[in-house]
Amino acid sequence: MHAGEVYGFLGPNGAGKTTTLRMLLGLIRPTAGRVRVLGAEPGPGSLARVGALIEGPAFYPYLSGRANLRILADHAGVRRTRVDAVLDVVTLADRAKDRYSTYSLGMKQRLGLAAALLKDPELVVLDEPTNGLDPAGMADMRITLRKLAAEGCTVLLSSHLLAEVEQICDRVGVLDRGRLVSETTVDDLRAGGALRVVAEPFDRARDHLRRLYGGVRADGKALELDVGPGQAGRVNAELVGAGFTVTELRWHEPDLEQTFLALTGGTDHAA
Amino acid sequence: MLRDIRAELTKQARRPASWLLLAVAVVLSLTFGYAVPYAGLSGAAGPPGSGRGLDAMLPGAFVGSALGGLPVFVGALALIFGVLVAGSEYGYGTWKTVLVQHPSRVAVFTAKLVTVAIGALAVVLTLFAATAGASVLVASLQDQALSWPSASDVLLGLGAGWLVTTMWGALGVLLAIGLRSVALPIGLGLVWLLAVQNLLASIAAPLLDWVAQLQKALPGPNAGALAAAFGASAPGVEPIVGSGQATAVLAAYLVAFGVLGGWLLHRRDIA
Repeated sequence: MHAGEVYGFLGPNGAGKTTTLRMLLGLIRPTAGRVRVLGAEPGPGSLARVGALIEGPAFYPYLSGRANLRILADHAGVRRTRVDAVLDVVTLADRAKDRYSTYSLGMKQRLGLAAALLKDPELVVLDEPTNGLDPAGMADMRITLRKLAAEGCTVLLSSHLLAEVEQICDRVGVLDRGRLVSETTVDDLRAGGALRVVAEPFDRARDHLRRLYGGVRADGKALELDVGPGQAGRVNAELVGAGFTVTELRWHEPDLEQTFLALTGGTDHAA
Repeated sequence: MLRDIRAELTKQARRPASWLLLAVAVVLSLTFGYAVPYAGLSGAAGPPGSGRGLDAMLPGAFVGSALGGLPVFVGALALIFGVLVAGSEYGYGTWKTVLVQHPSRVAVFTAKLVTVAIGALAVVLTLFAATAGASVLVASLQDQALSWPSASDVLLGLGAGWLVTTMWGALGVLLAIGLRSVALPIGLGLVWLLAVQNLLASIAAPLLDWVAQLQKALPGPNAGALAAAFGASAPGVEPIVGSGQATAVLAAYLVAFGVLGGWLLHRRDIA
């Protein structure tokens, strides 16, 4: 991972995302291989600069949100005054006195994020942080995470929600059955688009474009050309100049979901 | 370490169940140490065999009265407290919340044991205060002189009570970590403490000599022997060994439970 980026850890349910994160955080030990976080094996020393929220928030239900964070601040070895700062970051200060058991799921997730930020970490590891959030809550979480990254904090975000990853992340790693099958930018993951053309008469237009550009695929009543989006104007001019009627001409980006399914072996175990 | 202890003390001090256990211990001690025996003494209706001598209820014998419940119900309540201290982290799912703050597991475990030890001291002090108050009440009702045991006897009694209570609490912590839950450790612990030990003492030991010898190495009979050394009289309180041996055996169990529990928590994955 690169410092200051939001890295999406993508994969279907059961791919091994949470297991990998648990190993990174020293909660479980790998049966083979080695784990290194910020240049060292996981341990109280090396993980002192890492904050995390794993498998959803879990707190003491009989305590308030603030009391829960104070306890965690003690365990983390940070001053209790830090608690109010992180409550402000996740906009939970006004409900901090209320018992955790009375919180909505969105508030619990925000408290979980606050706990992850207690140590003012260099790296934040978040496992499905938007689970159960309503659209407004998801948007707030996205803004918070981007803000963290802008302030220099590196974020590792595990998710099976493609739209979430697409909107938040700079790069993604795709995990399938415990193996990293792809690691790239979101843009590259979506690369391989085509120029989609609908022109009449269809058969003559197809033959004409094949002569000019070679590989042209027919998709129903549309033709797909393996050229960049910047070629659209030229293609249009050539078709119109040759007497064809162009009714549609647009750059077609591949569906991230389809790319994801192709990488992870289809729909049989996709979330 | 001190911060971890503060965190653990905060969790238990603000937990209603902790105070409920303390209240139950006091009520049971006063009920079976004073109310029922006094009812038998004054001729009021009471269960058969509930009568005790007046001397056992006077201030001079309050140390024995305070320790009388330790091998039985107070021990059971201490075991439940120990299970709650460690097992609730599994029940609430908060082990991962705590451990991703990256305190040392040994430090967290030690803090839990210290919390159990402090809780045990609070219970014993409260029981001593309650039984001392009850003994004064009995003395005033029966027009008896207030004759107190020596300060050294009181201090030794406090130490003995603390050792017994802490030992049962440490067993609760060990069972909770070993079984990674709350209900099963409480159930099994109580079956051992309230049923198996009594069956061994009342049925097996009189028939089998090796069981009678084994009794001298088990925690319950040694707790009873230590209480008996201070004049306690209750079911399970028998002077089968001297107070010195009982103290050594209980201390050995306390250390063994602590070391084994810490080793298990250090070694095991947090699922």
